[in-house]
Amino acid sequence: MGELSRMWRETDHRYRMVGEKCGNCGKLYFPPRDICPVCHRDSIDKMQDIEMSGKGEVISFTIVHDVPPAFTRQRPYILAMIKLDDGPTMTGQIVDTQPSDIEIGTRVRSVFRKISEDGHSGVIHYGYKFVRDV
Amino acid sequence: MQLSNDVFIIGTGESKYGELWERSLREISVEAGLKAIESSGVRTKDLDAIYMGNSLSGMISGQENIGALMSDYAGIADEDVPTLRIEASTASGAAAVYEAYLSIKSGEYDLVMVGGVEKMTELYGNEMIDISSSILDREWEAFFGGTPAAMAALSARKYMKDYGVGKDVLAAISVNDHKNASMNPIAHFSNIITMDQAMNSTPVAEPLNLMDCAPQSDGASSIILASEKFMKQEKKEGVKIAGSGISQEYFALHSRDSLYSMKSTVNASRKALQKANVTLDDISFAEIHDSFSIYGVMALEDIGFAGRGKAKDLVFSEIGLKGKIPINPSGGLKAKGFPYGASGVGQFVEGYLQLMGKAGKRQVENAEYGLLHSVAGTGSTSIVHILGGE
Repeated sequence: MGELSRMWRETDHRYRMVGEKCGNCGKLYFPPRDICPVCHRDSIDKMQDIEMSGKGEVISFTIVHDVPPAFTRQRPYILAMIKLDDGPTMTGQIVDTQPSDIEIGTRVRSVFRKISEDGHSGVIHYGYKFVRDV
Repeated sequence: MQLSNDVFIIGTGESKYGELWERSLREISVEAGLKAIESSGVRTKDLDAIYMGNSLSGMISGQENIGALMSDYAGIADEDVPTLRIEASTASGAAAVYEAYLSIKSGEYDLVMVGGVEKMTELYGNEMIDISSSILDREWEAFFGGTPAAMAALSARKYMKDYGVGKDVLAAISVNDHKNASMNPIAHFSNIITMDQAMNSTPVAEPLNLMDCAPQSDGASSIILASEKFMKQEKKEGVKIAGSGISQEYFALHSRDSLYSMKSTVNASRKALQKANVTLDDISFAEIHDSFSIYGVMALEDIGFAGRGKAKDLVFSEIGLKGKIPINPSGGLKAKGFPYGASGVGQFVEGYLQLMGKAGKRQVENAEYGLLHSVAGTGSTSIVHILGGE
């Protein structure tokens, strides 16, 4: 995973879920992007930072058993596709629950968590995960 | 004499696909290339250019610039043959063919080699899961724990829920692949598997298990493409590339309209069929990109062999060698094997063998047109080619 600057520059988006709003059509995007794929050139310089609510519902999910090295200690984990109430759909883990308590349609909200670590003495990466919103 | 600018495959070659511990990236690549040269009866130094498909050699072997490497080790470093590497993740091989095809279509070249190679067993354990996740969005999928299998699993669960189909529909794709691969001497796997084995293997990313996932294979495939002018002058026989289509869509799965339809495949198929001036009814067999069983199911529907949610009506009875639409006579990605950058070129090798009537025990009877389908990542790029015709 590695490079500090590559991780550091995304902290606003990963820590506070800051996405973009197209100043032309009003559509919200997460993760952030500089050009609205609906408005094209009309959106240039009009994309505004906006914080997502972090609330949404599970569109699909999987329990991952074959995991990359950085996720060894979390194995197995639940990875889900979440449709935010704000509009965008995003990919993230669901934690603090059993897989049997998750189904398509389950309501979730985002929480700030450790995502992965670069080995025993490496950088720890933080960001959003999701928990059941009960 | 008025010549078209049609493009023909005049020879093919492949290394074994599988776990080739004792063989290097350059060795298998050169082996496939020289076999293709021999099969086509041309000389390496007469090539106008070489295009190499490869996805991950930099991360796996620490080796980039493999275009130059491969032409050097093919013995033509002094023959002034330009060689470039083409990268489009898991569709790199098909992308390399596409570029080579355009180079002849344009009138610039008459004789071009395409190679595809991947050496995937250099690393062990879960390191390869991280490296193979570079075909995804590293910052917004892989960073949070997304892996290629996990993303495919998200598609699978949603597909099964929305259409109310069981996992046996997915498993049938893998069972068919293994059956065909058992008749392909270069395939990674030569064993057939039962539905029961396919359904009950080790979980990888639920609902997908080991038998839903293509293996990490080493392998190299190569083809020689020629212009119609070259064919006439040299009196060669070959298989025509009748149509070609490539299309893009959103990079990450979460940005797309559907988890179980690849818009890039829908569009690439339509374009390729239009250019070839044929319909799906004309297609005798298809090689589809089933890196995960669900992607095979999705391809059947996105290409149009089955209606939405209706792949279940095909997979149990109509995709075998004698079925209505034989799928993956080579054994497909699941059982012929899945060396990322090679598999797209490998589909052309199978297409050539089938249409020349040289496919041996796995020959599809009266094969006239073949459809080849290759996908990058989770569907961000699809490349479809139609082979055959006069």
